[in-house]
Amino acid sequence: MRAGLVAGGAARVFVEALGARRDARRGLALAAPALLWTAAFFLLPSGAIVLWSLFRREGAELVTDPSLDNYRRFLDNDSFRLAMWNSIEVTLLVTVLSVLLAYPLAWAIANRVAPARQRLWLMLAVLPFWTSYVVRSYAWLLVLAPEGVVNRALMALGLAREPLALSFNQGATVTGFVHFFVMLCTLTIYASLVRIDPRLRLAAADLGASGAQTFLRVTLPLSAPGVAAGAFLTFVICIGDYVTPQILGGNTQLLLPQVILLQISRRADIPMAAALSVVVLLLVTAAYLALARWLTTRRA
Amino acid sequence: MSAAAELALEGLTKRYEGAVAVDAVSLTVPRGSYVVLLGPSGSGKTTVLNMLGGFTLPTAGCIRVGGADITTAPPAKRPTATVFQDYALFPHLTVAGNVGFGLSVRGMGRGEIARHVAAALALVGLAGYGPRGIAQASGGQRQRIALARALVTEPAILLLDEPLGALDLSLRRQMQDELRRIQRTEGRTFVHVTHDQEEAMAIADLIVIMNAGRIEDMGPPARLYERPRTRFAARFLGESSLLEGTVAAAGAGRIAVDTPCGRLEVEGERAPGSSVTLALRPEAVRVGAGRPGELALGELAVEEVVFQGGFVRVTGTVAGGGRLLAKVDPQSLPAGVARVPATVRAGGLVLLED
Amino acid sequence: MMAALARHGTAALVMGPLFAFIYLPVAVLVLFSLHAGSVPVPPFEGPSLHWYRAVLDNDRVTGAAWNSLLVGVLSSALATLLATLAAWGLARHRVPGARALEALLYLPLAVSYLVIGVGLLVAFSTAGIGKSLWAVGIGHVVLNLPLAFAVVYGQCDPGQARLEQAARDLGASEAQVFTRVTVPLLRPAILSAFLLSLTFSWDEFIVAFLLSGFDPTLPVVIWGMLRTGLNPATNAAGTLVFLVSLAAGMAFELFLVGRRAR
Repeated sequence: MRAGLVAGGAARVFVEALGARRDARRGLALAAPALLWTAAFFLLPSGAIVLWSLFRREGAELVTDPSLDNYRRFLDNDSFRLAMWNSIEVTLLVTVLSVLLAYPLAWAIANRVAPARQRLWLMLAVLPFWTSYVVRSYAWLLVLAPEGVVNRALMALGLAREPLALSFNQGATVTGFVHFFVMLCTLTIYASLVRIDPRLRLAAADLGASGAQTFLRVTLPLSAPGVAAGAFLTFVICIGDYVTPQILGGNTQLLLPQVILLQISRRADIPMAAALSVVVLLLVTAAYLALARWLTTRRA
Repeated sequence: MSAAAELALEGLTKRYEGAVAVDAVSLTVPRGSYVVLLGPSGSGKTTVLNMLGGFTLPTAGCIRVGGADITTAPPAKRPTATVFQDYALFPHLTVAGNVGFGLSVRGMGRGEIARHVAAALALVGLAGYGPRGIAQASGGQRQRIALARALVTEPAILLLDEPLGALDLSLRRQMQDELRRIQRTEGRTFVHVTHDQEEAMAIADLIVIMNAGRIEDMGPPARLYERPRTRFAARFLGESSLLEGTVAAAGAGRIAVDTPCGRLEVEGERAPGSSVTLALRPEAVRVGAGRPGELALGELAVEEVVFQGGFVRVTGTVAGGGRLLAKVDPQSLPAGVARVPATVRAGGLVLLED
Repeated sequence: MMAALARHGTAALVMGPLFAFIYLPVAVLVLFSLHAGSVPVPPFEGPSLHWYRAVLDNDRVTGAAWNSLLVGVLSSALATLLATLAAWGLARHRVPGARALEALLYLPLAVSYLVIGVGLLVAFSTAGIGKSLWAVGIGHVVLNLPLAFAVVYGQCDPGQARLEQAARDLGASEAQVFTRVTVPLLRPAILSAFLLSLTFSWDEFIVAFLLSGFDPTLPVVIWGMLRTGLNPATNAAGTLVFLVSLAAGMAFELFLVGRRAR
């Protein structure tokens, strides 16, 4: 009897393990299409980029002996290096400015608008988000061009005698970028601000903290994940964006994506484009590592 | 005996990474009876229910319904249906959609489903509520809908997981009667989990008291209350005073025990010299002049008197050091009395197993 | 009273200039789409629908709009389907290494569209697959899958697992649980994921630019129009694209808000 129970127990442990395995298999089978798609059309192409970055073009010929020539060229070539530093400079500036402008806006919506109307105000704040990406930069051109709205207004008011150089430079690129990313960061920062339990601020005030102290020691640290998420998304999208600098930035100070596209369309030098893409990937990875502490993919 | 049994658990055990949630529970439930698994949280009662419903696989042991082994059958293939603690009603379906769900997934035709649903809703007192949405239903109505949804699938065994826990007290008492009535009408086996001992006593044919994964005691409510088997049962189901003592003499199915309340005689068999515990229900204790057939417990030094309507609850210590709890007629204890003799009704004294 | 005024004052002080900054280019874009003259610069002449007529009569633009819609609907539908299955699989089943699999699904979010586009360009040319709308669609599924997954996965709460358990208890098979309980409960999230994907696909430029070949999508055609410099026709096309995205975006908001309000 006792032996029978023990044997039965062992069999049951087996059945239990089998049940767990069946459950795991079913879950995996459901996730498989998405995982396979990501593997086939994201991981594999990413590997292809790395592989192609080791090839090189000589004249019209593709040399497939792996070498680091493209990377050497990247380090030796001033225009490539300059494009990278331009990209880093613009992207960091855009990220900082976007967060600095978005934070007060998100804060005002989360704290100075009645809860029932916050959603509406948030929607209004990011409504131009839905303009086409290509068209948004063009719209800034309408504003900043020599004969654009701002220059015409300044001249009509007598504040400028001739059009200011507001477009076709890095300042215009940054303006166009910041416009888009302020909206993005407002969304992520607002999301983390409303998640803060209002009682925490009451508790801080009750413990004698002033308004500024409460903000610096309670609100700001607790909203860090929203700031980090916004900053990271800004960095990733900004450093890889071709459209905004191409429309607004003119052609004196190129950014990495413009140089990559040049390799593809003008020179047909796919290996060099791949190597530069790897550089972009490395920069994104660095940004991720810098912000990883505050970034989570956990479900809310 | 087991041939007539509808539900049998044999050595049912559940271990989670070292911790034992349910420890070799064996239990036979006669067909058509209302069983309540009663215990504090963590006692394993909900785990037993989950194993019956097929939501948790046991580590060892066996579950049989009418002799058939269903231990590892998936929930959909079991002759059980569950009324979940939070009801788990489908918010995207109407009341009728919820109640008819089990029939619909079995492929029953619309007309037939409608008939069954109407009958089930009538049974739980919600006739005509079918087209309504779940969001509009009150707590009590949700409870009834969940009950109808489970009953309509005609399960051999209905499992109820703290079904009244979310209701306020008066509604809970009303639903207890309702559940009892429905169980009688339907003649099904109900297995009901709760931590509310009043609910258990009001509703059950058979109470199973669980503690730390084991069955402490089981039986009809009156037997469990009158003659608890263990300390845990004596304390968890109602209140008891416990008297520790030593067996002084034994013979003819009775023993004499030396306790702080003096030498008391009680039914039972123990060797002289062994330590035992006696339990007294507060209703069995009286104060004032003793009556014939009662055992004297000594003089009680009253410490606290709480008026509770039909009775007063008295706590105090007897001369020998034993603490007693009594529920007595308000008339028998005039206000301001500090010392009073206490007695226990014959048969009110129970020898515990542990 | 004073305090309330001060509160609203600071809010207006913060929000006013930022709102002006955010709305300025859109306002100028829309205003000059109604311009009657041939260069969209002040002073404004109009209003006139002349340039809308010109854009809607342009077969290249309308053809590209259909291409965009086709790619958008198909790629979003596929991305949403894959994302929903994956979300259900990972949220409801105990899969070993689930965290790593989640991370893999989220990973494309952390990579610039340009790099994904270049990767697909390189991979497709290696595999001998030519540029086409299909290639764009495949790319858009890659871009939208993580977003759709995040939206649906975020709505797979434990309360829903209880309801699925209840359905199984009542005799539903796994397929019935999915179609009768899971999908109806997740419907707002699924629709949100679809609409979000649709707006992103409708708007996406760089992958389409690299992969579309001779069948351009709308953003690629508008990109071509930009070469002509400032042109009210571009304003009109841009405004139309904006209105379509806005409609989808609003629908997305409404589904998600409707879900939260319940």
